[in-house]
Amino acid sequence: MNHSFFHRRPYLYCMSCLAVWAFLSARTPALSQEADPEAQGLKIALDARERGEGFGDFTASQTMVLRNRGGQESRRQLRLQVLEVPGDGDKNLFVFDEPRDVKGTALLIHAHREEEDEQWLYLPALRRVKRISSSNRSGSFMGSEFAYEDMGTPEVEKFTYRYLREEPCGDLTCTVSERIPVDRRSGYSRQEVWQDQQELRVWKVHYYDRKKAHLKTLTVADYRQYLDRFWYASTMTMVNHITGKSTTLTWTELQFQNNLDDNDFTRTGLRRIR
Amino acid sequence: MRWGAALVHIVLVSIWVALFGVAPGSSAPPIDYDFSGRLSLEGRWHPQSGAFPEQSRHASGVLAEPEFHLEDARGRSFSLTPFFRYDSADPLRTHADLREAYLLVFGQTGSGEWELRLGVDRVFWGVAESRHLVDIVNQTDLIEHPDEEEKLGQPMAHLTWSADWGVVEVFGLPYHRGRTFPGPGGRLRYSLVVDDDNPLYESRANQWHFDVAARYSHSLGPLDIGASVFDGTSREPHLQPELNSGGVPFLRPYYGQIRQLGLDAQLTLDAWLLKLEAIQRSGARNIRGVEQNYGALVSGFEYTFYSVWGSAHDLSLLGEWNYDGRGGNATNAFDNDVFVATRWAPNDVQGTELLAGIMFDATRSSQVVSLEFNRRITDRWSLSVESIAFPRVEESDILHETRRDSFFSFSLIYNF
Repeated sequence: MNHSFFHRRPYLYCMSCLAVWAFLSARTPALSQEADPEAQGLKIALDARERGEGFGDFTASQTMVLRNRGGQESRRQLRLQVLEVPGDGDKNLFVFDEPRDVKGTALLIHAHREEEDEQWLYLPALRRVKRISSSNRSGSFMGSEFAYEDMGTPEVEKFTYRYLREEPCGDLTCTVSERIPVDRRSGYSRQEVWQDQQELRVWKVHYYDRKKAHLKTLTVADYRQYLDRFWYASTMTMVNHITGKSTTLTWTELQFQNNLDDNDFTRTGLRRIR
Repeated sequence: MRWGAALVHIVLVSIWVALFGVAPGSSAPPIDYDFSGRLSLEGRWHPQSGAFPEQSRHASGVLAEPEFHLEDARGRSFSLTPFFRYDSADPLRTHADLREAYLLVFGQTGSGEWELRLGVDRVFWGVAESRHLVDIVNQTDLIEHPDEEEKLGQPMAHLTWSADWGVVEVFGLPYHRGRTFPGPGGRLRYSLVVDDDNPLYESRANQWHFDVAARYSHSLGPLDIGASVFDGTSREPHLQPELNSGGVPFLRPYYGQIRQLGLDAQLTLDAWLLKLEAIQRSGARNIRGVEQNYGALVSGFEYTFYSVWGSAHDLSLLGEWNYDGRGGNATNAFDNDVFVATRWAPNDVQGTELLAGIMFDATRSSQVVSLEFNRRITDRWSLSVESIAFPRVEESDILHETRRDSFFSFSLIYNF
């Protein structure tokens, strides 16, 4: 009678970083023209990273609305807090509020630039903290059109780059660059990224699957500036061209300078999550 | 419903005032209030009639587990989680418990942190899936589920220090909870009924023996490791046959004083999870009622194929070996058993998950098959289907008396 089985509630495992970094502030104007498109693409990525540094910490709420081809909707509600770690990947904590069967489930991520990320999942039904694998890249995040790797920190080291062209995007002028994931576990062969020249904010990403087909398009809108420096978007829509499904991710209650420190991102802290 | 919520609010606020001497709202720190939980309608069906005439083939039931939580701006909190179960077939399975009622405070010490939990709480230790070997703080609510994952609330003082050198936890456990067992009408029981109302204790303090436990855990890159010690009243009873005043035989639980050293470790390498739990226990009686020191372990792996065949589906394979140094004298069915399972998660909007496993005895031919299926129906309703089957149980196996008790259960759960 003693055999034991797993978790009572469905749960998420193996999620990669969810923090979205692409939306960064800028102080320097457009890039100088360079002959080598690889070097130029890399320079854009490094500049964008540098401009995003120094935010310290933030907390936010996220709402995801998942739509299928028939227009049927499903909602996800989560909270997150992020701590900047100078010289390394950030620490992230996500707490799920809806759907209610996963309420209280929490995901702790210590992201790294070079080594594998470390991830722990808190399963409230068993009061269990479980170390999970961070190797899931291409899987769907909470059934949405965002894959784990789309939510994750696009660490500069995890791609190779190529500058493609310049073109107008809305009232702005954007650079279009290609980035190719280094990780063979990625679900993408390449991505095309539209960034405005002024602030290096990401406005659009085209994702190409392993068969080189145009799989998904991310559209980013409603940028707001925080602490007079950092640009963060409020609305991100991912459309899957193969399935016709889409997901809209809305950020609310973004707050900086909460005096968070390492103690807010520990395994013992996970057990206190509500 | 509105009145109920108001009443609950008044009770919780009163507790808060009693604990902290500050009325929420009256002073600066704002109070966060959270009310959540689950209600479940359940049915259990046994394809075979029971081995004993009192047993029925069907049981229906209701479960309620509301959670109340109060928290102030400094993070101090009070949590209350009662549990209720109604069962149509076994009056003993109709039971209530206080799963949690604790006060939590925490703060900084140097570069680290301390945390104190006072009251009734649940604690989980371990990494394995087929069995939770090192997990010993809470008593098993066995009548609730045979998988030994359901736990009764345990009164405790639980102090934690954590810093970059790891986490140290100390537990003071002033009161022992007795294990719950099915009554005469319940399935999944022994041929003799366990009378859990009148247990025997080795300690003269009976259930009031002050048990202590401690655990050190740390995370070093891909390795998560924990070492634990428990000294006090065994959570696992020895069941000794006796005759009641009417001359009817029954089983009386005996709780001895034991000491357990535990080790749990997990190595996380890419999509591999390599797991080990091991214990060394002294002072416990074996199946023959003789004290025997012993060691036991469960060790294995979990490997996940993500996005199999270009789909959104994840497929995990699990394998674990259970070993108990007492062999045929072990008090459980895990003396030398192998567990193999697969978990399938299509990563759909409904969060569908299917888990199928089989535990087979490496020395006998006994097998236990398990199936668990979970799926959301809406954002609030979800469905759970479960089956445990005993296709083959040898007469010498400890599970032999439950061989006719294979079941399917269906739960319709409302999460709020």
